[in-house]
Amino acid sequence: MSKLKKFYMNDKIISPLIAIVISFIIAAIVMILIGKNPATAYGALFYGAFGTEGALINNIMKATPLILTGLAVGFGFRAGLFNIGANGQLIIGALLATYVGSQMQTFPFYLSIPLMLVVGMLGGALWGALAGWLKAARGAHEVITTIMLNYIAVFIANYVVNGPFQAPGGVPKSPEIAYSARFPNLVTTGATWLSAGIFVALAAVVVVYIIIEKTKTGYEVKAVGFNPYAAEYGGISISKNVVLAMAISGALAGLAGTMQVMGVYYRYLGSLGGSMGFDGITIALIGQNDPIGIAFAAFLISSIRAGSNQMQIAGVSKNIVIIIQGIIIFLVAANRLVKTLMVWKRKGVEEI
Amino acid sequence: MNAWVQAIINVFINPVFYRSTLNQSTPLIFAALGGVYSETTGVVNIALEGIMLIAAFGGVVGSYFTGNPWYGLALALLLGISMAALHAWASIRYAGDQIISGTAIILLAQGITGFSLVELFGKPGSTDLVRSIPLVNLGGFEEVPFFGKMVGSLSPLVYVAFASVVFSWYLIYKTKLGLRMRSVGNNPEAADTLGVNVYNIRYFGVLMSGVFAALGGAFLSIGELGQFTENMSNGRGFIALAAMIIGNWSPTGAMWAAILFGAASAFNDQLQSQGVLHLATNTQYLFGMIPYILTLIVVSGFVGKSRAPTADGIPYIKD
Repeated sequence: MSKLKKFYMNDKIISPLIAIVISFIIAAIVMILIGKNPATAYGALFYGAFGTEGALINNIMKATPLILTGLAVGFGFRAGLFNIGANGQLIIGALLATYVGSQMQTFPFYLSIPLMLVVGMLGGALWGALAGWLKAARGAHEVITTIMLNYIAVFIANYVVNGPFQAPGGVPKSPEIAYSARFPNLVTTGATWLSAGIFVALAAVVVVYIIIEKTKTGYEVKAVGFNPYAAEYGGISISKNVVLAMAISGALAGLAGTMQVMGVYYRYLGSLGGSMGFDGITIALIGQNDPIGIAFAAFLISSIRAGSNQMQIAGVSKNIVIIIQGIIIFLVAANRLVKTLMVWKRKGVEEI
Repeated sequence: MNAWVQAIINVFINPVFYRSTLNQSTPLIFAALGGVYSETTGVVNIALEGIMLIAAFGGVVGSYFTGNPWYGLALALLLGISMAALHAWASIRYAGDQIISGTAIILLAQGITGFSLVELFGKPGSTDLVRSIPLVNLGGFEEVPFFGKMVGSLSPLVYVAFASVVFSWYLIYKTKLGLRMRSVGNNPEAADTLGVNVYNIRYFGVLMSGVFAALGGAFLSIGELGQFTENMSNGRGFIALAAMIIGNWSPTGAMWAAILFGAASAFNDQLQSQGVLHLATNTQYLFGMIPYILTLIVVSGFVGKSRAPTADGIPYIKD
C-alpha cells in the first residue's frame, strides 16, 4: 500500500496526460462510429492550431484569457473553493473596464492602460467577493451562488448594451474604448494580430505563483483550503480568507475579460465571455492548480479551441471539443480510475 | 405607479398565471426530488443540470424518430439514468470529487447534445418540432370559469410530479429502504457496521436522481411545445438544487420551494406582457434576472436554518 501511495504522489503530470490521451481516443471512437475519419479531423485540428503564422497568433490570443480564467479557478481550488463563477466575474470586469476605457479619450496610454487593468480586476474582484461574503457570512455554497451570479451578470450586460451603454446602430454592443486604452500589437498578419495581453497573462502566472508559495496571504488561504478548522484553531480567520480568496480569484477572471476588451474587441460584446469560465475549470484541473501547469494547460485548451474551427470545416462539429473536455474533467474527478489503470500497467501482467 | 399596481392585479386575476406556475414548477419539482434522492444518500449532485439537458434532447430525438412522444420519454429516461450512472461510478466506485464529476457531466451533456443536434438535425440552435406528450383534458371541467383554464388541460407529467412527491416522501420516511438511505447519508460508517451496503444504497440514490431529473428534462422539451433548443435547461438544475436546500432536503419542502420559484418565473413572464406598462424591449433582461436573484437571496437566507445530510459530499472508502 505504501508503495502505491508513493506512486500516487508523483503523478502530477502523468495522470492528467493520461486523461487527455484517453479523452482523445474516446472522441476518435465517436468519430469512427459516425463515419468520420479521426486522423483527418485531428490533422485539421493540429493545422488549425499551429499550421500557419496566423493560426499560431490566433492560438496565443485565445490562450491569453484562458491562462487567467485557469488561474482564477485554480486559485479558488487552492483555497478549497469551487469558483464556477469566473464567467460572471469576467463579464463584470470587462463591462466596467469598457465603461472606464470609453471615457479616456484625452488620457495618455501610461494612465489609461494601468487604469483599465485595475478597474477590470476590481470589477471581477467585487463579483467574486460577493459570493465569498455570502459563503462566509451566510453559509451559502459558492457553487450555487457563483452560478446565479453568472446568470445575473449576463442579464446586466445584456441590459446595459441594449440600452444605456449601447453604441449607435441598434446592435447589442458598447461604444469603443479610447485608442490610448488599447494594447499595442506585437505582430500583425492579415486579419489576426498578437496583442501585448499575453505578457499580462504571463506576469499573472508569476504573481499568482509568488502569492501562493511565498506570501503570508497565500499560506493562510492554502491553510483554510486544506483544513479550515485546523486553520482557525491556528488563528487564521476562515471568513476573511474565504472573501479574500474569492476576490483574488474574481480579479483574475475580471482581468481575463479585460484582455478581450483591450486586445481583441476594443468594446464590450454580448458574446465576449463565451465558455472561458468553464474552460478555466478544465484548465485548472489539468494544470493541477499549479500556476505553471495552468499556463501549459491553457495553451493546450486554446490549441484545441483554435483548431476546432478548422476541424469543423473538415466535417466534424466543433462540439466534439466540449465532449473531450467533459471526458478530461470526468477522468480527473475519477482519478482513482486513471491511477488504477496506471498501476496495472506498471505492475505488469504477472501480478494481476 | 398606478399602472404597475394594475398590471400586478391583472397578472393575479388571470388563470394563465396559475397554469404557467404549474408548468414552470414541474421541471423544478422533478429535478429537486432528484437532488433529494442523491443527497439523502450522501452524494452531491450538481449533474442535475446536465441530466435535464440530455434528457430534454433525448425526449425530442425519441419522438422525432418514432413519431411517438412516449418513446421520447423512454429515451429521455435512458439517457438521464446513464448520465447519473456515470456520476455514480466516478463518485461512489472511484470516490471522486462529486462536484468535479458533476461539472464533467454538465459539460458532457452540453457537448453531446450540441454535437448530436448538428449530426441529427443538420443545424445548430434548435431541433424541428416534434410530437409532444398529449395533454390530459378534464372533460367538461374545461368549461368551469377560471379553474377550467387553470387546470383543465395539463401535461400528465404535471400530475406525475406531484404524485412523485408523495411517493418519495413515503419511500424516504416510511420504508426500510428510506431509513437505510438516510443512515448512509448521515453516518455511512455506522450503517456499514450494521450491515447496510453503503455503495448499493448510494447507487440507488444517484440513479433515482437520474430518473427524476430526466422526467424534468423531458417535460421541458416534449411536455408542451415539442422542441429542443441548445442549453434549454438554462440553470434549472441549479435552481432545483437551491429548492432542495431551502426545502431542507425533504421531498415536500423541495416541492414548496420549487413552486415558489415556478411562481416567480411565471409572474415574471406574465408581468412583462402587460401592455399597460409600456415596457422598453431591453427591460426583459432586468425581469429575466429576477429568478436568479431570488435564488441567491433565498439560498443565503435559509441555509442557516436547514441542515444537509451529515456525510453529504464525502466519498465513502471502505477499509
